[in-house]
Amino acid sequence: MNMLAALKSISPVWRMGLLVLSVLVIATIAVAVIRRAKPQKDFSELAARVRAWWVMAVVFFGAIAVSDLFSLIFFAFLSFWAMKEYITLLETRPADHKALVLTFLAIPVQYFWIALPGRGPWYGMFIIFIPVFMFLILPVRLMLSKETVGFVRSASQIQWGLMAFVFGLSHLAFLLTVPSIPGTNATGRTLVLFLVFVVEMSDVLQYIWGKTLGRHKIIPAISPNKTWEGFLGGIASATLLSLAIRFLTPFSILETIIVSLMITVAGFGGGAVMSAVKRDFGVKDFGSVIPGHGGMLDRVDSLCYAAPIFFHYVRYFHSWD
Amino acid sequence: MTTTENNPAHTRSMHRASGVKLKLTLRDIAQMIFFALLIRPFMALFIGLRVRGREHLTETEPFILIANHSSHLDTISLLSLFPIHRLRYVRPVAAADYFERSRRVSLLTRTLFNILPIARKSITPENNPLRRMQEAIEAGYSLIIFPEGTRGEGGEMGRFRAGAAHLLEKMPGVPVIPAYLVNMGRSLPKGELIPVPFFCEVRLGAPRVIGGARQDIVRSLESAVRELKEID
Repeated sequence: MNMLAALKSISPVWRMGLLVLSVLVIATIAVAVIRRAKPQKDFSELAARVRAWWVMAVVFFGAIAVSDLFSLIFFAFLSFWAMKEYITLLETRPADHKALVLTFLAIPVQYFWIALPGRGPWYGMFIIFIPVFMFLILPVRLMLSKETVGFVRSASQIQWGLMAFVFGLSHLAFLLTVPSIPGTNATGRTLVLFLVFVVEMSDVLQYIWGKTLGRHKIIPAISPNKTWEGFLGGIASATLLSLAIRFLTPFSILETIIVSLMITVAGFGGGAVMSAVKRDFGVKDFGSVIPGHGGMLDRVDSLCYAAPIFFHYVRYFHSWD
Repeated sequence: MTTTENNPAHTRSMHRASGVKLKLTLRDIAQMIFFALLIRPFMALFIGLRVRGREHLTETEPFILIANHSSHLDTISLLSLFPIHRLRYVRPVAAADYFERSRRVSLLTRTLFNILPIARKSITPENNPLRRMQEAIEAGYSLIIFPEGTRGEGGEMGRFRAGAAHLLEKMPGVPVIPAYLVNMGRSLPKGELIPVPFFCEVRLGAPRVIGGARQDIVRSLESAVRELKEID
């Protein structure tokens, strides 16, 4: 009982930290047990994945605990790296060079709107900068390069990348700087923790359910590893798990379930869309920065979809302005 | 093929002249600081440079590093691979008419990149490029040479010129390290000022001693680099 009281007295962010720590410890022990039980099978990729999760969890908590500015730089860097992975795989034309320079300049600018004080007036800029201004400016810059062959393809694929990896991911950063949700303990920080934890747990649990019980392929043409069992088991168990971290949110129990279903399904959509993109490029992973996982994009793909959905849900129903 | 990588008669000569110690100058220190504080973070965080076969760089010295050429990033990324304290032993061979076109450019490229400027036109006995390169190697420097002679466009490798082969003919036994550079020309193509952060890669091959007639050497150099292009 004393333990529980002590747990309640620490801040939600630290409580979440302890929870993640225990999840990681359990996962590490589980992998060690499985490895001992079946020494003939190769679990090195699984072990590498769990190790990478330790690093990612530490980096992520570090990035959002230090300061707002530091968090913004961290998320801007995520967008930057994701965009790098994406354009490296694109078929670009020499004529695209200057437009691509603009594209990368748009990343710090998009995060700059979030850093500006007085969130009210700058929310508008944050929300239209890429879908309106960049959308109009980039084709003009491309047109000025005077190369018409492949023009539409270049304009479309660059804008698509900006929307998914810069606009989409920047919602996480905007959410993070929201001071507090009126009438609750929730802040932007706790909401980001909730969102990232539920979406990433859903990814992991889909993988586990799929590996153990997966029989019926859900989208064989896109990703032969995704199964109905993984999909349903993953979102159901992640949603159940989200109830344990309701203390991070302003949601009621029913609302937590609805929101979690929404973001895990959106996350699945994001992962599947990125699988289709990889198929198109003819690659298995977007990169190799994260051992066992692939590139940065392979890890944030679901968040690119879940973040804007979650953000606008909270903004609409628990308005902070 | 004239590659004699595994010939024991040549492996002995591969370690020739290593252990030469060059005096540390102010210029060297400026270059070291420039690379440690700017170039290396830029390569790691902006370009995201990936290196394959890095171990081949430390096996022997001096050497001649041969690579394809499509960007100013080529030289910078190759130099960024060396340990900071070995940096002053490596000199990129560069066209004097381009990199010495003005006082300011010349000062910059000599100070920060330690280029070995060579003449491409109006060659006299004094500025003879071969002699300049030979002297540099004898003084204990390793060289970076782009045998295409200029930056190519559109990702295709141009024909190798005979300069490097000429040098190898004069100095048999100096090991060659082939390198293939990926995506540098996409990041910073000819005529552009601002790089786009495509992921770039350097692929290094094992050091080898290449001998034979000049045309054979040219062919061997070209196929050594092309071989690295093919791996994926």
